[in-house]
Amino acid sequence: MKIVPLVLFAIIAFGVPVFAAHNNEYPVSTPPLTEGIFPCSNCHAGMDVNAKKRELKDEHANIKLHHAENDRWCLDCHNPADRDKLKLANGDKIPFTESYLLCGQCHGNIYRDWKVGIHGKRIGYFKGGQRVYFLCVNCHNPHDPKFKSLKPEPPPTKPERKNGR
Amino acid sequence: MEDRSQTRRDFMKMMSMGAMAALSLGSLSCTRAQVEAFLQKHFREMTEAEKKEAIRRLEETYFRKYGKKFHISTQPADTAVLWGYGLDLSRCIGCRRCVYACVKENNQSRSNPQLQWIRVVRLKDGSLINLENTEHYYNPEKVPEPGFQYMPVQCQHCENPPCVRVCPVHATWKEPDGIVVVDYNWCIGCRYCMAACPYKGRVFNWGQPNIPPEELNTEVHYLGNRPRMKNVVEKCTFCIQRVRNGRYPACVEACPTGARKFGNLLDPDSEIRYIIENKRVFRLKEDLNTEPKFYYFFSA
Repeated sequence: MKIVPLVLFAIIAFGVPVFAAHNNEYPVSTPPLTEGIFPCSNCHAGMDVNAKKRELKDEHANIKLHHAENDRWCLDCHNPADRDKLKLANGDKIPFTESYLLCGQCHGNIYRDWKVGIHGKRIGYFKGGQRVYFLCVNCHNPHDPKFKSLKPEPPPTKPERKNGR
Repeated sequence: MEDRSQTRRDFMKMMSMGAMAALSLGSLSCTRAQVEAFLQKHFREMTEAEKKEAIRRLEETYFRKYGKKFHISTQPADTAVLWGYGLDLSRCIGCRRCVYACVKENNQSRSNPQLQWIRVVRLKDGSLINLENTEHYYNPEKVPEPGFQYMPVQCQHCENPPCVRVCPVHATWKEPDGIVVVDYNWCIGCRYCMAACPYKGRVFNWGQPNIPPEELNTEVHYLGNRPRMKNVVEKCTFCIQRVRNGRYPACVEACPTGARKFGNLLDPDSEIRYIIENKRVFRLKEDLNTEPKFYYFFSA
């Protein structure tokens, strides 16, 4: 009888973990999945698994793999049995919100920096509120990870010369 | 017998001073708020009640001027905190997102005069020690440009700030948490501090500041981003209104590459301590012994 209000109190007091239900150590932002594409099982549930390297034509045509493309293909990271999950090299299934584990397998030094907040960024509160970590894929396209160049904001206006001086 | 001449002299003195005050203030046709602003004490000498009164008056003035309800905080420094800033030069791409996020958050004048607290300078690759050959008016189609590096410069919040030492009226000082602040109501606009700063960290309101009313940030701190007046000096305060509430500064949140880091130098688990202990760090113009709390570093 007493447990239910206690749980309710905990939810009210500490807030529902919005983003990372699985791992409270790194509360991350939402993975930038294309709208309407998730859950992947909507389409993939009844499909045969095709592990062959090929050009994607009908669906996912916008994905051009430029991420060590000679060495890997979709199913090295995407779990063939359950498409709503990702797959680590040791076979463990992980949700999309923990994709940093997947990136960290190869980019160990970057992963180490990310965990302490040096690589990538954190926003929100560092004290007394929710702190949000950016996932690797919030800034890097996992299929083409090089950071894209940006248009800079306008430069400051030069001081005017007045009165002929 | 009572010394009556003494009391008479006191009486005359009081009367004449009162008359002078009434004359000088009355003849200028001031509003009551202006009189109160004129008589306002130095921020650090105000009692809690006087601070409250000054805040009430300021909120009223802002409401009359901008038609918006401001919330002005006077939150003091936390004693267990010394703020430090880290900037990853190997990640900065010079996109100036930080500059404009700062302008918006801190109610800087947008144009005529245009004031910005962050200056992003561009350097040729390999000339990081040659700060004379920099410019901050670069405007390419895309950044980063090959062959160039970028270095944002803003107030370095020196441990030994030259700007504070030269202020003739003590209108600027270093807070216990390391933030160098300005009491705009006390600033006389002499700009000695701007001349003394080796980082060009301060800017001056030559004209009445211009802020589009719909872009005003009404969550402000007395010593930080409240709207300024003409003829005062202003500068970066590490977003005092945000960091004293446990939030990251606006420039940190705006940086698209995550090059900007912020934390408490007294907290061994903070990001800034990790950077100082593990990365290649330098401070700008270290030979001047200003001891900045702004740490440039290279993560890659």
